Amino acid sequence: MDFSSSFYEHLRQTQGERLAFKKDGTDQIIHGTTIVAVAFTGGVVMAGDRRATMGNYVAQNDIEKVFPADDFSAIGIAGSAGIAIELVKLFQVELEHYEKIEGMPLSVEGKANRLSVLLRGNLGLAMEGLAALPLYAAYDKNRNSGRVFSYDITGGRYEEHDYFAVGSGSLFARASLKKMFEPIEDSNFAIQIALEAIYDAAEEDSATAGPDMARNIYPVVVKVDSQGFEKISQEALANILTKILKGRKNRPDGPIARHS
Amino acid sequence: MSVPFYVSPEQLTRDRADFARKGISRGRSVVVSQSSEGILLVADNPSKALHKISEIYDRIAFAAVGKYNEFENLRVSGIRFSDMRGFSYDRSDVSARSLANAYAQTMGTAFTDALKPLEVELVVAQLGQKLADDEIYKLTFDGSLADEHGYVAIGGQADEISQVMGQSWKSTMSFSKVLKASVEALGSQNNQDQQNFDALRLEVAILDRNKSGRTFRRLTVQQIDTLLKTS
Repeated sequence: MDFSSSFYEHLRQTQGERLAFKKDGTDQIIHGTTIVAVAFTGGVVMAGDRRATMGNYVAQNDIEKVFPADDFSAIGIAGSAGIAIELVKLFQVELEHYEKIEGMPLSVEGKANRLSVLLRGNLGLAMEGLAALPLYAAYDKNRNSGRVFSYDITGGRYEEHDYFAVGSGSLFARASLKKMFEPIEDSNFAIQIALEAIYDAAEEDSATAGPDMARNIYPVVVKVDSQGFEKISQEALANILTKILKGRKNRPDGPIARHS
Repeated sequence: MSVPFYVSPEQLTRDRADFARKGISRGRSVVVSQSSEGILLVADNPSKALHKISEIYDRIAFAAVGKYNEFENLRVSGIRFSDMRGFSYDRSDVSARSLANAYAQTMGTAFTDALKPLEVELVVAQLGQKLADDEIYKLTFDGSLADEHGYVAIGGQADEISQVMGQSWKSTMSFSKVLKASVEALGSQNNQDQQNFDALRLEVAILDRNKSGRTFRRLTVQQIDTLLKTS
C-alpha cells in the first residue's frame, strides 16, 4: 500500500492509459490563445479570450480557457485545447485529492510544483506539436498577495512579477501590460488593464478574439484574493468593456501610458 | 504430515465477530444525522489531528470508529475510488451507494479471508437536494450494509446513543438543534463529568444543503460553540 497523496501518481499506476492521447495532423488540432494575469495588492486577476482556432478557421468563439484550480487559485491555458482542458481537469482533481487525503491544502509552491510534474508527463506529445502551456495564479495566504507562475513544455516553472501573459497573443498583451501596470490595491484597475491587454493582443494576433459586444461574449475574467476564487459577472464585465470601447472610439490604440 | 484442527464455520465466524466487536466497543462513538439544513456528523474525539470524519466527494462524507490505521486506510481508498470515478466519468456519477458497496466488499472479504477482521464501523452519507433524498449507509465489520434514515450511531454504545437520539430527533430540526441532540446523546453514555463535554472534545462536520459543489465543511471550535449556544 503506498501512501502517496497524489491523484496523478495513483492514476498513472493504475490506469496509465487514461493519460495517453494520440492524434495526427497538428493543424487540425484546436488551439487556445491569449491568457493574462495581473497582480494587485492582496490578490491576482486572470483573464483569457474566447477564441479557439483550427488552422486558419475559428473553431469556436465562446471557449473558456480560464478555470478555478481550487478555492484560492486559477489556471489559464494556451495550446492544444484537448490536451489543455484535460490538464486542467487533472490538476483540479490533483489539488482536491491532496486536500481531502491530507486534511489541508498544499502550499502555493507545492501546487505550482505539481503542475510542473503534470506538464512534464505530456512532454512526448508536446514535442510532436501537441503542447499545452498553463499560466497559474494563486493567492498566497502567508504573504497576503497574488502570485503568478509561468511554465515551459518541459515542466520548467518560473515565478513572474506583477503580470504575465501566455499564448499566441502574449507578446502583444505583455507589451500592453508593461506600459499600463501599476502596483495598486484596486482589483478593478487590474481587471481593466487585463481587458485592455487582451484587446491589444486581439488587434495584432489573429488567433485571439476581442470582446464580442454583439453576442455578449466577453473574455473570461477571474479574481483570487483572501475571499477566494471569484468569476467576474457578465454585467460587471459589460460595464467595464463599454467604458474601454468608449475610450477606444476616441483613441483606437487605447489609453496613453502616463510619462513622468 | 500434521493435520490442522477442525474448527466449524459457525465457531470461526462467531470468534471473529466477537473479536471485532470487542475492538469496536472500546472506541468512542460517532453520530450522523439528517437535518433540514443538511447532514451533521458529530464525533466524540478529543484529538485535533486524527480525524474520524472526512470529506469524500462533493456531497459525500465518511465517519468511522474503531482502529485508526484500519479506517484511515478505508478512508483514503474511498477518496481514491471516488476521485477516480469522477475523473473517468463525471462528477455527478460518483455515488455513496457504489462507494458503500465497495466498502462492503472489502470489509466482507477481510472478515472471512484475512488473518483478522477489520475492527471498524463506518457511515457513508450522501446529501440530497432535499431531506428525503439523503442517503445514509452504515457498514459493520463483517461487511453488512444497512440503509439508515434520520440518524445513525456507530461505536461502543451505538444502541444506547440511538435510543437517546430517537427521543429528540425530528426531521424539521436545524443544525444547531441536531447538534445539541447529538451531543446530549453522546454525553449520556459518557462516564466523565458531563460539563467537560464541550466543543474542544467534539469533532463536527456538515454537508451543507445550501451549498453547491463541495458541500463538506469542518466546523471550528468557535463555530461549534456558537451553534451549541443558539437555541
